[in-house]
Amino acid sequence: MTQPMTGAQMVVQALKDQGVDVVFGYPGGAVLPIYDEIFQQNDIRHILVRHEQAAVHAAEGYARSTGKVGCALVTSGPGATNAVTGLTDALMDSIPIVVLSGQVPTFMIGNDAFQEADTVGITRPCTKHNWLVKDTAALPGILHEAFHVARSGRPGPVLVDIPKDVQFASAIYTPREAARTDRYNPRVKGDIEQIRRLARAMTEARRPIIYSGGGVINSGPRASQLLRELARETGFPLTSTLMGLGAYPASGDAWLGMLGMHGTYEANLAMHGCDLMINIGARFDDRITGRVQDFSPQSVKAHIDIDPSSINKVIHVEIPIIGDVANVLEDLLAVWRAEEGSRTQREAVKGWWAQIEEWREVRCLDYDTSPRVIKPQHAVARLEALTKGHDRYICTEVGQHQMWAAQYLGFEDPNRWMTSGGLGTMGYGQPAAMGVQVAHPDALVINVAGEASWLMNMQEMGTMVQYRLPVKQFILNNERLGMVRQWQELLHGERYSQSWSEALPDFVKLAEAFGAKGIKCSDPADLDDAIREMIDHDGPVIFDCLVEKHENCFPMIPSGEPHNKMLLANAETQGQITAPGAVLV
Amino acid sequence: MAELNIEKGSSRKSAYDLRDPNAHAVERHTLAVVVDNEAGVLARVIGLFSGRGYNIESLTVAEIDHNGHTSRMTIVTTGTPAIIDQIKAQLGRIVPVHEVHDLTVEGASVERELALFKVSGKGNDRVEALRLADIFRASVVDSTLHNFTFEITGSPEKIDAFAELMRPLGLSEMARTGVAALSRG
Ligand SMILES: Cc1cc2nc3c(=O)[nH]c(=O)nc-3n(C[C@H](O)[C@H](O)[C@H](O)COP(=O)(O)OP(=O)(O)OC[C@H]3O[C@@H](n4cnc5c(N)ncnc54)[C@H](O)[C@@H]3O)c2cc1C
Ligand SMILES: Cc1ncc(C[n+]2csc(CCOP(=O)(O)OP(=O)(O)O)c2C)c(N)n1
Repeated sequence: MTQPMTGAQMVVQALKDQGVDVVFGYPGGAVLPIYDEIFQQNDIRHILVRHEQAAVHAAEGYARSTGKVGCALVTSGPGATNAVTGLTDALMDSIPIVVLSGQVPTFMIGNDAFQEADTVGITRPCTKHNWLVKDTAALPGILHEAFHVARSGRPGPVLVDIPKDVQFASAIYTPREAARTDRYNPRVKGDIEQIRRLARAMTEARRPIIYSGGGVINSGPRASQLLRELARETGFPLTSTLMGLGAYPASGDAWLGMLGMHGTYEANLAMHGCDLMINIGARFDDRITGRVQDFSPQSVKAHIDIDPSSINKVIHVEIPIIGDVANVLEDLLAVWRAEEGSRTQREAVKGWWAQIEEWREVRCLDYDTSPRVIKPQHAVARLEALTKGHDRYICTEVGQHQMWAAQYLGFEDPNRWMTSGGLGTMGYGQPAAMGVQVAHPDALVINVAGEASWLMNMQEMGTMVQYRLPVKQFILNNERLGMVRQWQELLHGERYSQSWSEALPDFVKLAEAFGAKGIKCSDPADLDDAIREMIDHDGPVIFDCLVEKHENCFPMIPSGEPHNKMLLANAETQGQITAPGAVLV
Repeated sequence: MAELNIEKGSSRKSAYDLRDPNAHAVERHTLAVVVDNEAGVLARVIGLFSGRGYNIESLTVAEIDHNGHTSRMTIVTTGTPAIIDQIKAQLGRIVPVHEVHDLTVEGASVERELALFKVSGKGNDRVEALRLADIFRASVVDSTLHNFTFEITGSPEKIDAFAELMRPLGLSEMARTGVAALSRG
């Protein structure tokens, strides 16, 4: 054990010690020693992507669908700069990944050497932490700390930049148990006094709502379990952000649907009119709050979050609880069960539920179907119906299709929904789906895509064919940058500047050119059979679903408006967004 | 304390203004931040301030424990109470940051800054500069036939005041260290 090892050997050893079974990567001069070690072992599988951005998104998909840390390996210079979008995406969505990058040898750093980039400088603002390793003896400790930082507290991406001479040089390896992790230990246990205050507020509330978010997923399956218990035992209605879908089942009694800009009428009005808001692992994103001055004006707000900087950042809360969701909910449930008022609460919120049922009757997600053209909502609804009951994972790209997927697919479990929420990265879904399929080889993995987003990382079809990853690309093809077009319709006088997809490839032929299967569907009557054909095919599929070109995504809260100013389908939409609102995105 | 300069009704013009709908008064706070003395730590802290649009009035940093590899930064910043709280929480998220103290709210503290002044005057001005330096307990650390270099330590306000007096007497160059601060007691 005390035999010296090269830095490259340490990398492989540390990954094994950290339980990594797959690395997504792309080789180059500055990581050749590491690739040489990868070649000489069989414990860690390497998936050769076609672009480093895809390696990072694949690691994100792997991480989000397993709850483990995802891992990517890239070379110096362009390899590292290509990873930047993925790192930023993971930072915004709190996804734990470790990216290893090669660097020019230490003695050449600063000389504008071939393929040199200031990788730690470039990635400092888009990682939770990063390291430039200058000495092989320090490498194993840094690698172990990197995994620790990525997965602890609020999870996030980290990067370790390893110069080539550090990979070649030898030193004594530090095993995982001996590595230093003490300098980063965020607190996970909530302040019991605040938890008691919340429990008391819960017994007094007449119009409560649980607003849950991605932090519940981050906290692990136990947190989702406790969230369900909380909803069941209180009888409180529950809504979730885009990032939190699946923590509470869509079939559950308390479920109001997603909230926010494209959330349901009932969820948003309940948020607006509640007297107690319990935020569990969500961050008051601007897609949720709308105009902050008018955000849920009458409520007392509680916020459970592991990151102290999330609390009072956007919305001032009366009951802040810093801690891990599972940990806090455990304590909260215990205190709640002992509270006198908890037994009568279910009765006390009956009137509130009656109000919510009234809002529900608006049926905000209804849409008109057509016998001639496939409505995108209908395509997603059929996808839901025909894939329900499968061991199913859904990824998305970014745009209208992403929102329709969130609205019309039902998620029963956490870690089944992978989407780029905070950064909104077009090109995320396809590689993320690849990472999910690598982690769950027998599952049905579907990427609900728009044609424009999909083209941004379409080279990854090659990877999927090479590794026999049977991901289904379900493209809602409106031949438009649909979400942009919708905003131009609502905000810019229908001047559709550069928001259409011209010269699209023939997706069926494209699939075939890659060695995959292509399916095209444009007739609503053929849709079900075509979806079944996609599901039944044992291999990667590109499904080109030609949909209504100018469909808008509703409900929609226009930017800069409060929750109760929502646009519904078929509403008169012209002039609904005011000039000040147009400044916002 | 200066008022935040946001015109009425402007809060709907940009997402930035939405952060601060009530235009709370801006406060000046002195933060002491204990960090691991490692490469890049200063860049992390400065990047946080520039990336999130916070102000730095002054920042000093030096190693305080050679064996423990820790440094202490003293940061003077301004912002509304909510922004100051955000700054502290954001600093606390940085992995090599160990402690964040807000000296402005954690009881009394002493703040000192050191400055060097070069004053090139003639005749009576030279005499007057020396006389004022004496009053301010500034010492002469270098002198030529044409100028004096004074060293002065004190609160930033004292140094500002000294600078104002020296200006008409031929102040030609000035270097300030920024604030170092400790809590009292
Ligand atoms: C085109 C488009 C439209 C969108 N429209 C909507 C919309 O209509 N509705 C919507 O909801 N979103 C929408 N989004 C997504 C939105 O931008 C945000 O990404 C999302 O709302 C944030 O979700 P969240 O609040 O759950 O936070 P996340 O980004 O998931 O953050 C998680 C929070 O939980 C905390 N946390 C992490 N781990 C733990 C733990 N273990 N314990 C406790 N706390 C923890 C973190 O500190 C953080 O504060 C849209 C995105 C796009 C691209
Ligand atoms: C990398 C990137 N560039 C630009 C945007 C801005 N943007 C958001 S949605 C969208 C259109 C997406 O079109 P498509 O993928 O076809 O999906 P649709 O909205 O039509 O469903 C664009 C350009 C983005 N989110 N990401």
